[in-house]
Amino acid sequence: MRRQKLLGLNGDEAAAYAIKQVNPDVVAAYPITPQTIIVERFSEYVADGLVDTEFVAVESEHSAMSCCIGAAAAGARAFTATAANGLALMWEMLYIAASLRLPIVMAVANRAMSAPINIHNDHSDSMGARDSGWIQIYCENSQEVYDTCIEAWRIGEHLDVQLPVMVCLDGFTLSHTMENVLTLSDEAVRDFIGERPYIKVEGHLGEAEFRLDPEKPLTMGPLDLYDFYFEHKMHQVEAMKRALKAIPEIDEEYAEISGREYRLLHPYMMEDAEVALIGLGSTMGTVRYVVDRMRKRGLKVGMVRMRVFRPFPTEELQKLLKDVEVVGVLDKAMSFGAPGGPLYEELRTIFYDVDENPIIVDYIYGLGGRDTPPHLIEEAYEELLEVKRRGEAVEKLRFLGVRM
Amino acid sequence: MSKAITLKEAVKKPDLLASGHRLCAGCAEPIIARLVLKASRGAIIATTATGCLEVATTIFPYSAWRIPWIHTAFENAAATASGIEAAWRAMRRKGRGPLAKYETLDVVAFAGDGGTYDIGLQALSGALERGHDFTYVLLDNEAYMNTGIQRSGGTPYCAWTTTSPAGTVIPGKREWKKPIDEIVIAHEIPYTATVSPAYPLDLMQKARAAFETEGPAFIHAISPCCRGWRFPPNKTIEVARLAVETCFFPLYECRVEDGRPIYKLSPPSLAIAKRPERKKPVEEYLKIQGRFRHLFRPERRGDLIERIQRWVDRRWEMLLEKAGL
Repeated sequence: MRRQKLLGLNGDEAAAYAIKQVNPDVVAAYPITPQTIIVERFSEYVADGLVDTEFVAVESEHSAMSCCIGAAAAGARAFTATAANGLALMWEMLYIAASLRLPIVMAVANRAMSAPINIHNDHSDSMGARDSGWIQIYCENSQEVYDTCIEAWRIGEHLDVQLPVMVCLDGFTLSHTMENVLTLSDEAVRDFIGERPYIKVEGHLGEAEFRLDPEKPLTMGPLDLYDFYFEHKMHQVEAMKRALKAIPEIDEEYAEISGREYRLLHPYMMEDAEVALIGLGSTMGTVRYVVDRMRKRGLKVGMVRMRVFRPFPTEELQKLLKDVEVVGVLDKAMSFGAPGGPLYEELRTIFYDVDENPIIVDYIYGLGGRDTPPHLIEEAYEELLEVKRRGEAVEKLRFLGVRM
Repeated sequence: MSKAITLKEAVKKPDLLASGHRLCAGCAEPIIARLVLKASRGAIIATTATGCLEVATTIFPYSAWRIPWIHTAFENAAATASGIEAAWRAMRRKGRGPLAKYETLDVVAFAGDGGTYDIGLQALSGALERGHDFTYVLLDNEAYMNTGIQRSGGTPYCAWTTTSPAGTVIPGKREWKKPIDEIVIAHEIPYTATVSPAYPLDLMQKARAAFETEGPAFIHAISPCCRGWRFPPNKTIEVARLAVETCFFPLYECRVEDGRPIYKLSPPSLAIAKRPERKKPVEEYLKIQGRFRHLFRPERRGDLIERIQRWVDRRWEMLLEKAGL
């Protein structure tokens, strides 16, 4: 394990500090709450000559992602950060970054989508982008934000993967909350991420590394109709599958230098759990606290924090939850008109073909940053235990902490 | 001043945009693109906004581009170019990375009028303001030709398009062409020029000047479209020349020196400035294009033709004033 330094950083600062150590070629970003601290801190690193990065203060998030795409296509390491409406403005370019197979890293300080305009946390922004082809990692605390902003490069650039990575951190709850963060030395980070590798492709003018190179010209982003487009989409399907393998491998390597291992899923007290909550992000810290409290009362409750939402760790979840009788899903985003939130729907899907499947109930919670204190989580657990007693759920879609 | 490109040099240099692409016979865009690329100095990377040039020069697994080329989207050619330029700049500074070895890199963005006057204006303005070292080439065929001839901010007054049809009440587009060059020059970028494929040496010399410019350079090319403008495909160069001879599209350069725009008319337009009797009436330009047919048939709309002539005259006079002539 490498020596580490303890710093007091909020989530945004943790991201900025990690990116400083990564020293990417290009950072293109546009301010938006609650992400802004990331680009502010990073601008200071640039102004103080602590990084070699070309910082491009673009005029919109659409251009931020376009600029990152141009840079990454030219062989550079490119980073940006955004939130909510900024992510929405990037929408078109998210798909293009992923489909051009460019390992861009982006921090998303999760924030509710307008309207009404709201600066606080929920997951409606990144959940809306879940089909764009980006790897999505949801962090629980600032330490994980720091670590993931380093790991993300290795994951995205992995020769079997070659996909962009979204590092999601809950707005304000993480982005603006100071925590103790153990940081590696610049050298340790540099050694870990190394130089960006390139895959070899067969271009129309011969074999070339997959980047814009005046000596080995490639055409990137050509028109691609019904005779090849589908095959190219299959490449993305495969890349996501391979990412599911690559992420734990890289994580293991990272654990060797940092002592911190994250994996795809974080189960807690699941060995004998009869009911469990599953969810993403910082709320799961509160859930863990409630699990401890309820365990003291002798209640067999457990929880699973999902760290990696894309690619979706289907088999791991099936294994982990197969003996649980009732699963409550914490969704911090709603798909209006749908049977439930995004995580709920996927979880139900993966259990449809499994003989022993839990009863699954969805809890939409925390929209627009609505506080989710321990007693609300406890209420959810009590309901799950009640469902278990009755053997059925009357209502599959519940709303936690909202005035009805 | 940079070393001007000569015809001899241009002829020797192979075409960087190969033939065999699927642009229409008579399209001016590949002529302009080839001439621009002839003027490149060495290492070059191009990006193209969504549009005819992008669609018709590539279809997987084929490509007409002999240079590294990327298309990402419609409204962001300038932003994509910003990223390429930033990548090169960072690698140069670090002395590491695949682009670090190139002392100069010509980054060129091609975009149409839709991708420039309309949907791409914000990205263009941002990139110009940030001062990236790149060349932006506007291929102005004065409508959304790739989607089937819809009006854009670059479409001229009275022109027929499928979304500004010449009806019994409304005679084509009701708005004037947006003064994009003035908008660009107002950004105080070092180099702006207008070009026409009818004057290839002038075009290449300006493209070379643009590449040599440190910072943003903007080339505005009039790009006659036989399908959308409704003229036979063998008349492209004739139309491109008439645009200049009527002063509908004068040729000039504008360099910003010490914060002041210095306008200089190019030889074909300068000749008209010196001998105003050479200036042809705009009617000659209008009447060979079917998109203006309703100005002549079923009856001659002298009022509208006169209005267009006054617009041309006024803008030409303003240009002469700016050029100190």
